[in-house]
Amino acid sequence: MKRILFAAVGLLSLAGAVNAATLDEVKARGAVNCGVSQGLPGFSSPNDKNEWSGLDVDFCRAIAAAIFNDPTKVKFSPLSAKDRFTALTSGAIDVLSRNTTWTMSRDTTLGFNFAGVIYYDGQGFLVRKAVGLKSAKELQGASICVQTGTSNELNVSDFFRANNMKNGEVIAFGTIDETVKAYESGRCDVFTADRSQLAAVRLKLTNAADHVILPETISKEPLGPLVRHGDDQWSDLVKWVYFALLNAEELGITQKNVEEQVNSQNPDVKRLLGTDGKYGEGIGLTADWVVRIVKATGNYGEIYDRNVGPATPLGIDRGLNNLWTKGGIQYGMPVR
Amino acid sequence: MSDTTAPLSRPGVSPAQAFVSAALREPEPAPVSTRGPVLWVRQHLVGSVPQVLLTLFGIWLVYVTVPPLIKFFLIDAVWTGTSREACLPEKVGRPVGACWPFIWAKMDQLLYGFYPASERWRVNVVYALGAILLLPLLIQKLPGKRLNAIAFFGVFPVVAFVLLTGGNLDMQRFLVGSIGSIGFGDLFTSGGSVQGLRASFWIDFVVSTVIVTAIAFLVSRFVAGPEAGPAAAKATLSMLGLLGLIIFAMDIDLGLPQVETRLWGGLLVTLVIAVTGITVSLPFGILLALGRRSKLPLVKALSIIFIEFWRGVPLITVLFFATYMLPLFLPGRFTIDGLLRALVGVALFASAYMAEVVRGGLQAIPKGQYEGAMALGLRPGLMMRLVVLPQALKMVIPGIVNNFIGLFKDTTLVLIVSIFDLLGSMRAAFTDPSWASPTTLFTGFGFAGIIYFVFCFGMSRYSMALEKRLDRAQRH
Amino acid sequence: MSDARLSGPPAASRRRWSWTDPKLRSSVIQIVLALIMVWLVWSFYANATANLSRLGIASGFGFLDNRAGFAISQSLIPYNESMSYGRAFVVGLLNTLLVAFLGVILATLIGFVMGVARLSKNVVIKALASAYVEVTRNLPPLFQIMFWYLAVLSTLPGPRQSWGFGLQPLLGSIGSGLSAIGLGFLGNPLSGFAAGLSAPSVFVNNRGLVLPRPIFEDGSMAILYALVAAVVASVLIGLWAKKRREATGKPFPAFWTGLALIIVLPLAASYAVGNPVSIETPELRGFNFVGGVRVIPEFVSLLLALAIYTGGFIAEIVRSGILAVSKGQSEAAHSLGLRSGPTLRLVIIPQAMRVIVPPLTSQYLNLTKNSSLGVAVGYPDLFAVFAGTTLNQTGQAIEIIAVTMAVYLTISIVTSMIMGWYNKRVALVER
Repeated sequence: MKRILFAAVGLLSLAGAVNAATLDEVKARGAVNCGVSQGLPGFSSPNDKNEWSGLDVDFCRAIAAAIFNDPTKVKFSPLSAKDRFTALTSGAIDVLSRNTTWTMSRDTTLGFNFAGVIYYDGQGFLVRKAVGLKSAKELQGASICVQTGTSNELNVSDFFRANNMKNGEVIAFGTIDETVKAYESGRCDVFTADRSQLAAVRLKLTNAADHVILPETISKEPLGPLVRHGDDQWSDLVKWVYFALLNAEELGITQKNVEEQVNSQNPDVKRLLGTDGKYGEGIGLTADWVVRIVKATGNYGEIYDRNVGPATPLGIDRGLNNLWTKGGIQYGMPVR
Repeated sequence: MSDTTAPLSRPGVSPAQAFVSAALREPEPAPVSTRGPVLWVRQHLVGSVPQVLLTLFGIWLVYVTVPPLIKFFLIDAVWTGTSREACLPEKVGRPVGACWPFIWAKMDQLLYGFYPASERWRVNVVYALGAILLLPLLIQKLPGKRLNAIAFFGVFPVVAFVLLTGGNLDMQRFLVGSIGSIGFGDLFTSGGSVQGLRASFWIDFVVSTVIVTAIAFLVSRFVAGPEAGPAAAKATLSMLGLLGLIIFAMDIDLGLPQVETRLWGGLLVTLVIAVTGITVSLPFGILLALGRRSKLPLVKALSIIFIEFWRGVPLITVLFFATYMLPLFLPGRFTIDGLLRALVGVALFASAYMAEVVRGGLQAIPKGQYEGAMALGLRPGLMMRLVVLPQALKMVIPGIVNNFIGLFKDTTLVLIVSIFDLLGSMRAAFTDPSWASPTTLFTGFGFAGIIYFVFCFGMSRYSMALEKRLDRAQRH
Repeated sequence: MSDARLSGPPAASRRRWSWTDPKLRSSVIQIVLALIMVWLVWSFYANATANLSRLGIASGFGFLDNRAGFAISQSLIPYNESMSYGRAFVVGLLNTLLVAFLGVILATLIGFVMGVARLSKNVVIKALASAYVEVTRNLPPLFQIMFWYLAVLSTLPGPRQSWGFGLQPLLGSIGSGLSAIGLGFLGNPLSGFAAGLSAPSVFVNNRGLVLPRPIFEDGSMAILYALVAAVVASVLIGLWAKKRREATGKPFPAFWTGLALIIVLPLAASYAVGNPVSIETPELRGFNFVGGVRVIPEFVSLLLALAIYTGGFIAEIVRSGILAVSKGQSEAAHSLGLRSGPTLRLVIIPQAMRVIVPPLTSQYLNLTKNSSLGVAVGYPDLFAVFAGTTLNQTGQAIEIIAVTMAVYLTISIVTSMIMGWYNKRVALVER
C-alpha cells in the first residue's frame, strides 16, 4: 500500500495544461475538428461510407483548404442539437458548422462567437397533405413535434401564444431523427423546424408527396458557423473564410477560373487572391489562402448551388441568400 | 400414539387406571399413488375450480401469444429482399411478418457501426480473441486459470485497444513536459505531429521515470527509514516500467490505419463498454469495499461518500456529468475522447455497485479468519490478499455476475449521450426511409431483444450454475 | 510495508518514528489522502472558474428566475412558456415523482402477483410467470421503454380512428338493474351518471389515452364529506372488528363492509344533493380530442416499461422471500384449518416481508432512477426538462447537473428512510 501511495504521489503531477492557440493546435493535429449535424441532407449528411457532404460540410472543407491546401483534412463530429454547444465548449471541436441560429444569448452568455450567416432561414411547419391546411393560423389544438435545444422550440411556443391558439401540445425530442420518427408515426400533426430543414426532412419521409410545408415563416433563423470565446485569431480566420467565399462569388472567381484570375489586374481580385498585399498573414495563413479555398470548394454560390440550390433534390431558391448585388443580403466585407 | 405409550411407570398413577391397548391397530390403507400422470395432472392443473380456471386462463394466454409470435417471426416472415418493397403487404400480396432483409441490410451497422469496411477484420479478430480467452476462463475444469486471467484482464485489453484504434498514439509530452515551465521540458520538444515512436516522448518518459523514482526513494526513506527507500524505488520503477510497456505497445506504429472512436458503433460499442466496465469495476470495487471497512476515518468516510453518491444518482446523470461537466473541470483545452468519457462514467458507477457486493462478502467472513491470519503474523495487506478476499469473493460471485448483467443492460444508456451502441444503431436504422414498412420496428426490436436476452440470460444461468456448485463445495 | 521488514532483523537502527507504528502509518496515509483530496478539489475549482470566465458563462442560480420560453407537454401544475426556469424545474420534478410513484405501486402489484404465481402448484401459471420474469429481467429497461413507445405506439390509430371504449352501457345497465330491485337511491344516480357519458367516452389513439373528466359543481362538497365520513367509518369498523376478533375470535367482514360504505355513502350523498357532478367527455374537434383528460403516450410507455421491468425483479424478491419462510409455517397454518389463500395472506406474506423489504427498497430506488430514461422518448421529467432543455439554453452545466444529482440523491435518501421505517415495523421483534 505504501509503495503504491508513493508511486501515486509521483504520478499525480502528470496532469498538465497545454493552452495553445487553436490554429497552432489544428496545424499540429493536421486536421480541423468540425461539428456537424447527425444527418441533414443539403447541410451535412454522411453517405453509407461515412463521406460527408453539404453546405455546412463544405464550409469546414474551405477552412481546411485555407490552412492545409487540402479540403479532406477535416474530422467531422456528428452532434445532436443539445450536444453541440458542449462539444464546442469542451474543445472537442474547433468550429461548429451545424445550422445553428445566431441568437444574442448564444453569442454572449453561452460563450461563443458567430463568424457569419452562411444561410438565412426562417422557421416553418410541415404537415400532412391529407389534413388540408392552408395556413399555420389553423393549427389550433395541434400536437407539434420539435427538436429540443433549438431556437425552434422557443419560437413555436411564442407563436402559439401570440396568435392566441390554445389546447395544442409541444413535444420535444432529443434528436432530429426521433422528432421526425414521432411525426411520421402520427404522434404529432405538425413538425416544426427551419424551412431548409423541413425541405430536407421531407425528402427523408417515406412518401414525400404526402407532406407539405405551410407558407408561414414565423421567425428569423440566421444560421452560421461559430467558435469559442477567447481565441480571436481563430475567430477571425473562420469569419474571413466566410467573407472570402462571398467576395469570390461577387468578383466572379470560380473553381474553374481561379487559376486565370490570379493573373487578373482587377485590384479587388488581386487583394483577395493575395497577388497584391499579404492579407492572409493577418489570420495566420499565407497570402494565397483564398486561391486554395476556391480551388477546393468553389465560391459561396457554387457551394450553395451544389448542395441546396434549385438543381438539387432540395431545390431551394437563393432568395435572401443571394448576394447583395442580386437582391439578397449576403454581403462580404472588403479585403483591404 | 399416546394410547400405546401409556405412562405405565409414572409414579402416583395406578397401573390399573391406564389404558393399554390389547391389540395392534388396523393399518390405514396406503395412500393412493402419489405418482403417475393422472395424479400429476390433478395436482398441477385441475385440482379445484379456481385451479381449472387458472389453467384455462394460462392456456388461453399461451394461445394468444405464442402462435402469433411464431407466425410473425418465422412463418409469415420475409427472408430475402433488397428494399422495403419486399416487406410491404400490398406488394407481396399476403400478410407480412418479420422483415428480416432489413436486419441483413443493416447487419454491418449493427455489428460495427461506421467502422471502415476494410478494417473490420480487426474487430473480428478482437471478437474472436475475446471469445477464445473468455471461454476457458468460464469452464471451471480447465487448468491455468491464473495465466488465463492475466491474459484476459491484462493483455487482452491492450491488444484490443491497439487493434481497434490502430495504436500508434500521438503521445504528448510526459511529466517533464508538464513541468516544462521549470525550463528543461523544452529540451525535447519537437514540432509537428510525428507518427510512430517519438524520441522526444521516450526521452521524456525515461527522465520522468528517474525523477519519480528518486522522489519515491527519498520520500519513503525519510518517512519510513533507510531500508524502505530501495523497496519503494523498486516498486515505482516496476510500475512505471509496466506503464512504459503498455504505452510502448500502444505507441508503436504497426501500420494499422487509425480508426476514431466516433466511427465505432453497434455491438462493438456495447461490448467495449461492458467489458471495460467489468474489468475496471472489479478491482476498483474491491478497493472501495476495503476502504469502506477501513479503520482510518478519512478513508472510510471518503469511500462511503463515493459509493453512496454514485449509487444514489441515475447512470444517465453520471454520463451527463462525464460529458458536460468534466470538460469544465479539466485544465484548459484538455479534451477527452467522447467514448472514453462515457467509459469513465460507466466504470465509476459500476465500481460503486461492485463495492457494495464485495462488502457483503467481506462482512460474511467470520472474525476468526482475520484473527487467525493476524495470529500467523500476516500483515494487513497479505491477510486480505491471501485469507479474506479469496473467501469473500468466492462467496459473492453470483452477486458479481448479477452486477455484470446490470452493467451490460446499462450500456444502452450511452445512446442518450449520442454514442451509438447496439440499441442506438438499431434506432438509427429505423429512420432509413428505404426500409420503412409496418413490421420493420418489430423486427428490429425482436432482433436486438434476442441479442440482449442471450447475453443476459446466459450470464444469469452461468451464475446460477456457479452458485449451485459453490453451495455444494461449502457443504463439504 | 517493504518485504525487507518481514525477513530482516527488527531493524537494529530502530527509530522512534517507525513505519510499522500503526498510528503513525494511519496518520501519514490520511494526511496524504487529505492532501490529494484538497489538491483535486482545488484544481477542479480553479479549472472550473478559469474555464467559465474564459468562456464567459454566467454562474450562480440567478437563471432560475429567467423566462423559460419552452413548452412542456405534461404538467401537474399550471405552466406556460412565459414562466421561469424554476417553475419548469418544479414541473419536471413533479412529473418524475408522478411516474415513480405510480410505477412503484404498479410494479409492486405485478411483482407480488407474479412472485406468488411462480410458486403456484399450477404448472401452466408457473411456466408463464417464469417466462415473464426471465424475459423482462434480461432486456435492458431502455430497450423496453423504446419498444413500448416506438413499436407498440406505431400500431395505434390516429385521433380520428381512435379505439373508443364506453362506460355508459355498463354503468347504465347496472344502474337500471339496481333501480329494478328497489335500490333506487343507488341506481338512479348511477343511471344519471351513465346518461351523462356519451358513448364511447374513453379513447385510445397514438396521442395517448383520453379519459372523461369529472366537473365538480356546487354541492360537490357533500360528496367529499360523505367520502371522508365513509373512510373514517371503515377505519373505525376495522379497529372494532380487530378488537372483537381478538376478544371473542369471531371474524367480521370489515374489508367488505368498508368498501361498501365507501362506494354507497358518496353515491347516496350525490343523490341527496341532486347529482352535482357532471362529466366532461372528450370530443374530437380539429386535430385532437378537446375536453376530458389526456394521458400522453410518453408517460404511458414509460410507466408500463418501468412497472413491467421492475415487476420482474420484485417477483423474484417475493418468491425468494416466500421460500425463506419455513415450510412448517404453512403446514401449521393448514393444520389450523386455514385455506391456502388466508395462509398466504395471514401467515406467509407477513413473515416473508422481513426478507422482502430490504431488496424491495433498492428496487424502488432503481425504478425512480430509471424514470430518468424517459428522456429517450420525450417524457418531460426532471432530467429532460432541467438537465436537458434548461441546461442547453443556459449552458450552466455545473449548477444544473449538481441540482439534478442532488434531487435524485434526496429522493433516494427519503425513500430509503421510509422503507427503513417500514422495515423496522415488519422486522422480527426479538427480546
